[in-house]
Amino acid sequence: MPLLKNGAEIEDSWTFVAEGDLPGSACISVPLEKLIENTDALLARNQPIGVRLAPADDPHDLEPFLDRISLIEIDFPKYTDGRGFSQAQLLRRRLGYTGELRAVGHVLRDQILYMNRSGFDAYQTSRADLTGVMKALEEYSAFYQPAADDRQSVFSQRHTKA
Amino acid sequence: MYRYDEFDAQIVKERVDQFRSQVERRLSGDILEDEFKPLRLQNGVYLQLHAYMLRVAIPYGQLNAVRMRKLAKIARDYDRGYGHMTTRQNIQYNWVALKDIPDVLGELAEVEMHAIQTSGNCIRNVTSDHFAGATKDEIMDPRPWCEIIRQWSTFHPEFAFLPRKFKIAVTAAEHDRAAIRVHDIGLHMRQRDGVTGFEVHVGGGQGRTPVIAALVNEFVPETEILDYLEAIMRVYNRFGRRDNKYKARIKILVTETGPEAFTRLVEEEYAAQRDSEKIALPQAEIERINAYFAPPAFADKPETSAAFERAKAADPAFANWARVNLHPHKVAGYTSVTISLKPIGGLAGDATDSQMAVVAHLAETYGFDDIRVTHAQNLVLPHVALDDLYTVYRELDAAGLATANESLITDMIVCPGLDYCNLANARSIPVGQEIQKVFADPAYEQDIGRLHINISGCINACGHHHVGHIGILGVDRKGEEYYQISLGGRADEKAAIGQIIGKALRADEVPEAIKILVDTYRGLRTDKSETFIQVVERLGVEPFQEAIYATA
Repeated sequence: MPLLKNGAEIEDSWTFVAEGDLPGSACISVPLEKLIENTDALLARNQPIGVRLAPADDPHDLEPFLDRISLIEIDFPKYTDGRGFSQAQLLRRRLGYTGELRAVGHVLRDQILYMNRSGFDAYQTSRADLTGVMKALEEYSAFYQPAADDRQSVFSQRHTKA
Repeated sequence: MYRYDEFDAQIVKERVDQFRSQVERRLSGDILEDEFKPLRLQNGVYLQLHAYMLRVAIPYGQLNAVRMRKLAKIARDYDRGYGHMTTRQNIQYNWVALKDIPDVLGELAEVEMHAIQTSGNCIRNVTSDHFAGATKDEIMDPRPWCEIIRQWSTFHPEFAFLPRKFKIAVTAAEHDRAAIRVHDIGLHMRQRDGVTGFEVHVGGGQGRTPVIAALVNEFVPETEILDYLEAIMRVYNRFGRRDNKYKARIKILVTETGPEAFTRLVEEEYAAQRDSEKIALPQAEIERINAYFAPPAFADKPETSAAFERAKAADPAFANWARVNLHPHKVAGYTSVTISLKPIGGLAGDATDSQMAVVAHLAETYGFDDIRVTHAQNLVLPHVALDDLYTVYRELDAAGLATANESLITDMIVCPGLDYCNLANARSIPVGQEIQKVFADPAYEQDIGRLHINISGCINACGHHHVGHIGILGVDRKGEEYYQISLGGRADEKAAIGQIIGKALRADEVPEAIKILVDTYRGLRTDKSETFIQVVERLGVEPFQEAIYATA
């Protein structure tokens, strides 16, 4: 499935391991539950480690691991389930996570701007191509409210002296 | 009235372009219908029984002549010559072709209008008191904060895929005409020690499970309200149920969590916000938006108008209309005029393109260019001089817009029902029309006094039947339409859910049953000042139950 990041389609070097034995090498990402249960074993591998959040997972549970995690995937099993937007905002703005934040699952082209504003910087999806995503990211030039991106809100732009 | 600056104009223009591209991609098969659905819904496009329906946003119900003329033009050019005012103070067109919708949106953008978030599982058009800025009983004008909330909620990246739709209403008057206690969030503006703030009610709603909102915070200062709203929205987005569409509104989260525990969740989320997460609305921005709502240049006038008194004496029909359809204004010599869209036997809330043009002309000439849509599906000219009232009345009358029934029994809220809507179980419009005929005599109707009948064609309650003094709900019984009657509901500051009084009735039995209810009330009231709802509250539903089911 294509992985889009920083304006390009890139090779995915990560493997998601839902259950079973961990591969000896390679970058792997695991469900939150597994990370909590097997923290020591996972960190002892001395390989980059990632985690995948399901919609009901609480991002605060990641707090103890944040400086050792290189990838957080947020799963959208159905595009209508918007909990991932709040998870992303919490990770970026409340918990200060700065690594890769990837949207995976049923991710639509027309959601990607909202995702970008909520703090995502990578999208793994079969429902959008690079051209579409690049266009989607430029559909608006101004936003009323501040979010997890670095754009200034319209509320504040109106009162910033040029 | 708020006017777009370059940011607002740009955002709405970009929305038109975005939706045009989405429609093109849908028509080319690039987007699947299932994936297109939330996109069109968040732009007010529904698939109805016969055609696509377009719902255009009228933020907090306010229009001016230019916008009203544009709505008339759209009705003429793209629909069948009329539009339908909704209970969210919006307007719907029932016969627009999908391919034309981008052009309609383009035309709307020319007059600073849009259809953004008028549907879908997002924050919807914020509603308010239709007499805002004019009524005597408000402590301030709530519209500036409605506008701020409109902007904040527009394309909010975190809250576009909520568990379910989300409705916010704001009032600043003691008498609540915005039904804030049956909204997902209801805000009542308050002043405390010279600071403006909001009493915050959460989790009210109608639909299958009617709930009166819980008071979550007695006072949130205006500088903190957007951050507080973000906290409520985040709690809802994270914890609201998504397993069952009918349990997904915030009212269920509040009820199942318990109001105290829910409030705690909100307070914890709010307390955890870092400074960098705060919206930090500049004081200058609050002032900028407030400035758009400065009162118009009213003339210095005496309390009474000789011209008005003369006209009333000369024209009994005018005197009758003036007795019913006027609301006290905060400025001497002025009044707020309700233009009823509930003529006897008509379609509740419908206005033709030529009627819209008449209203636009009157607003421009006699009403400081201000028009409101009410949640009861009428129109209002909020600022008319008593001196001009007779002229205004005659023009309204000539256009079929002078029905004298504001808040009376024939001024019903009626959903489109089975005639238009594919969710409905039963027709609403013909039932309403038959009831109207029973009470068409103005003397009889005025003797009855204030009485709200609300009719919904299904349990989704778009016709607000739970909060009607008399509520009528259409149900399907083995393929036949039946109507369940409830009593004692109200949507105002004493909000209550009506109580079902007995077995459902056939459509042809409903008008007679309503007449029995009304005549029972007239027999029970202590005097004419005691309204229908007051009698129901004093005596309960039993005497009414007996009266209907003993006869039926």
